[in-house]
Amino acid sequence: MADAIIDKASSGTQEPVSSSAMRRQMLKEFWFYFSENRGAVIGLFVFLLLVLVAVFAPLIAPHSPFEQYRDAVLVPPIWTEDGRAGYLLGTDPVGRDILSRLIYGAQYSLFIGVFVTTLSLTGGILVGLIAGYYRGWIDTVIMRLMDIILAFPSLLLALVLVAILGPSLTNGMIAIALTLQPHFVRLTRAAVMAEKTRDYVTAARLAGAGPLRLMFRTILPNCTAPLIVQATLSFSNAILDAAALGFLGMGAQPPAPEWGTMLAEAREFILRAWWVVTFPGLAILITVLAINLMGDGLRDALDPKLKRS
Amino acid sequence: MNDTLTDNTMLEVRDIKRDYELPGSLFKPKKIIHAVKGVSFKLERGKTLAIVGESGCGKSTLARMLTFIDEPTSGDLLIDGQKVDTRPGHLTQEMRQKVQIVFQNPYGSLNPRQKIGDVLGEPLAINTSMPAGERRDRATEMLKKVGLGPEHYNRYPHMFSGGQRQRIAIARALMMNPKLLVLDEPVSALDLSVQAQVLNLLADLQDEFGLTYVFISHDLSVVRYIADEVMVMYFGEAVEYGTRDEVFSDPKHEYTRTLFAATPRADIESIRARIAKKKAATAA
Repeated sequence: MADAIIDKASSGTQEPVSSSAMRRQMLKEFWFYFSENRGAVIGLFVFLLLVLVAVFAPLIAPHSPFEQYRDAVLVPPIWTEDGRAGYLLGTDPVGRDILSRLIYGAQYSLFIGVFVTTLSLTGGILVGLIAGYYRGWIDTVIMRLMDIILAFPSLLLALVLVAILGPSLTNGMIAIALTLQPHFVRLTRAAVMAEKTRDYVTAARLAGAGPLRLMFRTILPNCTAPLIVQATLSFSNAILDAAALGFLGMGAQPPAPEWGTMLAEAREFILRAWWVVTFPGLAILITVLAINLMGDGLRDALDPKLKRS
Repeated sequence: MNDTLTDNTMLEVRDIKRDYELPGSLFKPKKIIHAVKGVSFKLERGKTLAIVGESGCGKSTLARMLTFIDEPTSGDLLIDGQKVDTRPGHLTQEMRQKVQIVFQNPYGSLNPRQKIGDVLGEPLAINTSMPAGERRDRATEMLKKVGLGPEHYNRYPHMFSGGQRQRIAIARALMMNPKLLVLDEPVSALDLSVQAQVLNLLADLQDEFGLTYVFISHDLSVVRYIADEVMVMYFGEAVEYGTRDEVFSDPKHEYTRTLFAATPRADIESIRARIAKKKAATAA
């Protein structure tokens, strides 16, 4: 990889290298490091599959997620003795098709992941940049506040917040975003503090760059690698926490086909009908695992310490 | 220095001092470290002053004060005949543009996420309302001046060697047409052949733009090559100050003599003498 770059550089054509060619080159390099990690590639494909399923849910799902088939209550999966054609993964206690509900549930999970991650990422970056750039008492106040948030078990804090705001999916997501934010603040602050002492920041300041430009244009782009990794990991954390909130009845409210809520609704049938809890549980497990594997691969590909520069 | 030449003085430093405060704790009283203890000098337009000294003698602190990165604790700084108000927030943009710095380590002084073209265009983008096309032309022109080509415009810093990076750093420093360039050991991180190239480039640019250099170094052979005047610093004080020939031929201060004696010599005579001495020592 490195040799290829040098070759390109020394061939010395008189034309400036175009930006798109440069971007392609960087993307190729990224993929080279990412594909070294097989688990990460598998995770990426599972995740892409999940995105496709969520986007095309109305086309894929065999039934409506809310339609209750009164003649087909608690039908086991199709491959068991009592399975019935048309209900691939069986039905739940009120006769809704589990597969369809799982497919629509993917929409919820991905939306929760995206929303929570964006919220906590932007908030965390802003607060962390300010803390790391200005230091002093601002830094102390912010970091002690984050320490307080971190001292609570995240689910408990989310529960308290939902109890105050009222149980709904939106409030649950806001609560989860708040509990995940300190991780971003700490990461950003640490990265900013390390980058701030480098000569190129001083050089930009000498060129006349103001604090805003220094923070967002000079320092922030050099802190993205750990943030991207943390973002993927908190994406899966958000899904997991939202499912837990749903299970406790504080997140998405029935009849929404959210995976955690589905688990909660099926709680009393765990012993009689194994499929009503197994499949939502598996869906959560596979999604979270795939995203975590992907995050590992991203870390390998983006961590400058592992890169031969 | 001759006092009649004041209008030709680019830089004048009067009794500049810098103290660092080490905060005390419960059991330890507050400690003040005098990094630079009252240094004064004058530098004429188009000349090069070399500041020599061992690590930690305050030469980099002096460079940081000259480029307004650090604020002097006391003392005056006159650039181009004007007194500079170095308090943070009081520095005028015009004054800032007159002085630029080239750092020692070319691997840390370029933003790894910024293309070379943007590195060079940034000072113009911040300080002027020049359109993007013109900025690009100016940057390309400057790239050619420092011995690189227009094909390097869109590349990232990691695609360059140390010597090339230092050329880019020099180009960036020259973008705003400064009058005074502070070079903080600009060649000590480069290997010898590249050192010579960069030093020659610096000499050419000095002639072309009429630049005044403050050249910080601990390499005496480099200093002898590039300097007009030499100042030797020792524990925050200027112990020796004069023209290059004065200082090199007749060092006044004890430390300067030690410094010159510590320079490795590679001419045949001195090698022979050293071997003879060694033989004598083993024979005895």
